[in-house]
Amino acid sequence: MAADAAPEPKANMGQPVPRLDARLKVTGEARYAADFPVGNPAYAFLVTSAIAKGRIIRLDTESARAVPGVLDILTQDNTAELKEVKFGSGGASTSIQKLGPEIAHDGQIIAMVVADTFEAAREAAYKVKATYAEDKPSATFGDEGLKEEDATKVSERHKHVPKVGDADAALASADVLVDAEYGTPTQHHNPIELFATTCVWNGGQLTIYEPTQFVYGLKNSLAKKMDVAPENVRAISPYVGGAFGSKGQFTPRTGLVALAAKKLNRPVKLVVTRDQGFTTATYRAETRHHIRLGARRDGKITGYSHEGWEITSRPDAYVVAGVEDSARIYGFGAVQTKVNAVHADRNTPGFMRSPPVVPYIYALESAMDELAARLAIDPVELRRINDTMHDPITGKPYSSRSLMRCYDEAAKAFDWSRRNPEPRSMRDGDWFIGLGCATAVYPTHVGPAAARVRMLANGEVQVQIAAHEIGNGAYTVIGQMAAERLGVPLSSVKVELGDSSLPPAPVAGGSNTTASACSAVLKACDAIRVRLARSVATTDRGRAAGFAADNGQEMRADLFRRLGVGAIEEYAEFIPRGGKPDAVKQLYAGQVAMTGGPNGEKLMYAFGAEFVEVRINALTREIRVPRIVGAFAAGRLMNTRTARSQYMGGMIWGISSALHEATEIDKARARYVNDNLADYLVPVNADIDRVEVILVPEEDHEVNPAGVKGIGELANVGTAAAVANAVYHAIGIRIRELPIRIEKLLDA
Amino acid sequence: MRPFTYERVDSATAAIAAFGAGAVGAASERQYLAGGTTLIDLMKLDVMRPQTVIDINALDRTALGRVETNDQGLRLGALAHMSEVADHPVIKRDYPMIAQSLELAASPQIRNMATLGGNVLQRTRCPYFRDVSYAECNKRIPGSGCAALDGFNRSHAVLGVSDACIATYPGDFGQALIALDAMVELRGRNGDRKLPFGALHRPPGGNPEIETALLPGEIITGFAIAAAPWLRRSLYLKIRDRQSYEFALASAAIALDMGKNQIVQEVRIALGGVASVPWRARSAERALQGRRLNEQTARAAADTAFADANPHEHNLFKVGLGKRTLVRALLQAATMEL
Ligand SMILES: Cc1cc2nc3c(=O)[nH]c(=O)nc-3n(C[C@H](O)[C@H](O)[C@H](O)COP(=O)(O)OP(=O)(O)OC[C@H]3O[C@@H](n4cnc5c(N)ncnc54)[C@H](O)[C@@H]3O)c2cc1C
Ligand code: SF4
Repeated sequence: MAADAAPEPKANMGQPVPRLDARLKVTGEARYAADFPVGNPAYAFLVTSAIAKGRIIRLDTESARAVPGVLDILTQDNTAELKEVKFGSGGASTSIQKLGPEIAHDGQIIAMVVADTFEAAREAAYKVKATYAEDKPSATFGDEGLKEEDATKVSERHKHVPKVGDADAALASADVLVDAEYGTPTQHHNPIELFATTCVWNGGQLTIYEPTQFVYGLKNSLAKKMDVAPENVRAISPYVGGAFGSKGQFTPRTGLVALAAKKLNRPVKLVVTRDQGFTTATYRAETRHHIRLGARRDGKITGYSHEGWEITSRPDAYVVAGVEDSARIYGFGAVQTKVNAVHADRNTPGFMRSPPVVPYIYALESAMDELAARLAIDPVELRRINDTMHDPITGKPYSSRSLMRCYDEAAKAFDWSRRNPEPRSMRDGDWFIGLGCATAVYPTHVGPAAARVRMLANGEVQVQIAAHEIGNGAYTVIGQMAAERLGVPLSSVKVELGDSSLPPAPVAGGSNTTASACSAVLKACDAIRVRLARSVATTDRGRAAGFAADNGQEMRADLFRRLGVGAIEEYAEFIPRGGKPDAVKQLYAGQVAMTGGPNGEKLMYAFGAEFVEVRINALTREIRVPRIVGAFAAGRLMNTRTARSQYMGGMIWGISSALHEATEIDKARARYVNDNLADYLVPVNADIDRVEVILVPEEDHEVNPAGVKGIGELANVGTAAAVANAVYHAIGIRIRELPIRIEKLLDA
Repeated sequence: MRPFTYERVDSATAAIAAFGAGAVGAASERQYLAGGTTLIDLMKLDVMRPQTVIDINALDRTALGRVETNDQGLRLGALAHMSEVADHPVIKRDYPMIAQSLELAASPQIRNMATLGGNVLQRTRCPYFRDVSYAECNKRIPGSGCAALDGFNRSHAVLGVSDACIATYPGDFGQALIALDAMVELRGRNGDRKLPFGALHRPPGGNPEIETALLPGEIITGFAIAAAPWLRRSLYLKIRDRQSYEFALASAAIALDMGKNQIVQEVRIALGGVASVPWRARSAERALQGRRLNEQTARAAADTAFADANPHEHNLFKVGLGKRTLVRALLQAATMEL
């Protein structure tokens, strides 16, 4: 087991050092937002709406105010000074920011009670009574009153769709055609750490402790919200207890806490309850897909058409538009795509682990399996036939791509050759056995970043960058990068993250952290090396610059002596290729522009292949997953231990998406029903058996200076399709809507 | 949670005295606290709002927490923890259905806290019942309506439901007790009495807020199960959305006395996850009595068990799944090695 957890590094892979913060975390010493001690805090508790659409006619706070210890109740009547922060700017999620009278979604914040104790705040919150005039809401697909729009006309992010050739004609003349519809459900991130906010005013200075994937975004958005200068706001978030996208966006609670603290002139602490988190933060919206995939008899795909529909709130056109990525991954021939934003009476969705590719690749990889079955070609071979080193849309080359190597290594480990392609052909007693596979893919993102590195003559190194530790191992890999570059042991490196008083890093989203932050740290470290090297005669510089590699210590001490300083500090700004010259300035202002994926001169993507075995009871139809094998190639791996852990967690997440997770919606009321961890199902230990990770070496010097492709959002892509494909193989039923629950398998 | 008074008592008499008169059952302003895994949960959700909580954990465990087994049968003290009973070697061997119904419930942590008395009184998982922001729930607010009827009712019951309430009785152990004709031992203001377990829970009818036949302040002191030839060939099969830590979508408790040629001498069948109360499937038992047990007769019995099913939009599958679960459980019981 221990050896499994720390895989031996292969080519272009870093050491499996344990996380620098591992002990702090398992001993409870790591400080999460709500853990920060503040003097004499008051406690807040939210009151949220019980309807999804309508108006508050009366808000009775009288008996709530009578609860001993209550200090203040914020409502629509006393919060007008809060400014609007628009959707999208600095990662804000809105749907609605006012506390009323209009109600635009289930669980909208309508009041916040502040009291001397948590208990008093909670009791008073229960006593706030709202009376509503209720309108009939539209909850989701199939309901009346939805508004559907072509996303390219309304979305900030999704301005054009990938398209090439005449897909309709290609599909009309294809030898074999798959024409199918797929669906994915609403999902909520449910990180274990709840959404917490503490605000402390000190004169005109505001300090906020909030778990965030973007301290600079939080700082700037909050400044806007409170109408103060950004330099008067400091956001602190050294550890985030799981985020998965849910903590990247500025949401309405934050301004309320800051305002309450200001009014009371006292620190205010809020920890949002689990159920309130479902409606006051973001979620992965449900999607629908119509795919047509046409091919020649020999398996060559000639046409691919993919139309997607995504639920969003009334005011905000949030779409993930995964066709941007799905359209690139095979040599498709002609392609046509379209994405529709479907407005309903819901809170605004947001990023959730691998936002664009999870739903769109699920649909495509399911269709690929259907095509393989129709063609009677092995699913792995179908991918091989349509493998490509070029973008089918633009012809641009991939910077690197190792998809088929991943397939081959995983297939071998999984013993795919034992698979009898006939559905329902493999059985073990009362259990049908099914084997399925699918492609995992994730765009490689990189963003601007700045870092400060300080090195002492004795070899101690301090790294400062406002990157984010969200369980991704950021402290560790950033430390590893500095240690390697400066030729010191990791134990000599101190890393500081998650504080807006440090140089900025992009939002910890799109799996860019390692690439962006490590590139900036690398640049600062190299500047230190250059300064040291300059201290010696030109002829010696080559050797001096290499001090890291050979007998470091002595030479370093010598170089510092020659320079006559005890420490060298370098600040470096990294702007990725294709980034704007003012990208770092923008970053300071809380705006981040990433490059990579389909957008540069070359396509930048990480790939993987996943193989799943399922067992389905012949009578009662429960599904078990005894084994999953995934092979992944993603450029340089900084640390094989943390990489494996990311991949393993990703595949488990994928199994969860396939079989367990769904936020259930009461359609009549447009409300989330299972808004708690007992009813929102994720797998427990008993559901997860063998999970095997294969690290496939890959080298790519074009993606970014660090040579790193993001891996945090790779392994949970495609898994759901692999499971669904295995279910089809086991029992001969194609499930085209997730999750795959028992009731979908009973009629056969 | 709202403020409440906490009292700790050390005898059943003191507990009953502390309870006083007061209303019956779940709506009462006074509640006994055993493991608290149902009560505290519902208090946090603001569903139950007792003003006084009377902790009965200090009651004499030799009388109330003991597991006694002898030739006559089994007696389980109401304060025994789920985990103790699930792990008891004699119960595992001679009453496998009981051990399994407990072992397959909740999580190890909860089983360590939860008591048998509290277990049988656990309340429905209906999401509209458990979330006070829904205005309609006849069980919570009598006469307010039932949001589940036109809401999301996948987890709801198909047997024993009414127009007023379709909530499922979520427990597992209760199915074992009803299958085995257990007796519930009670102590109240007027002394001790016994009740067949099947008479403890009340189907919703027009008053889903009244869930049991307990009198105000009555304490469950134990459960008695008489020895019988069908106990060893018994099992509990639970089908659920994940493999642990989840309530049943459908379950079956089977106890079987099988003669030569697979002929059923006696069979006891209870169904979980599909009914409003612990559910004895007597018609299915009758259908099998004296017959040979095979897939065909098992299917016929299962059809009988669900003949009166009343499904709604999202729980239609429970009829089919419930039948399949029963068939699988019967066939599994028939092939048990003794
Ligand atoms: C997340 C979760 C999952 C669960 N999963 C399952 C499952 O899969 N299967 C299953 O069967 N159960 C499950 N349960 C329910 C669990 O088994 C019950 O909560 C538990 O058995 C209740 O026992 P307790 O001692 O904690 O009761 P308490 O919460 O202390 O009491 C419950 C009620 O009974 C009353 N009471 C308690 N003891 C007595 C007595 N001796 N006499 C009279 N009244 C009494 C109390 O006043 C209270 O109203 C789950 C619970 C949770 C929280
Ligand atoms: S099913 Fe019963 S418990 Fe659920 S909402 Fe209806 S009345 Fe309430």
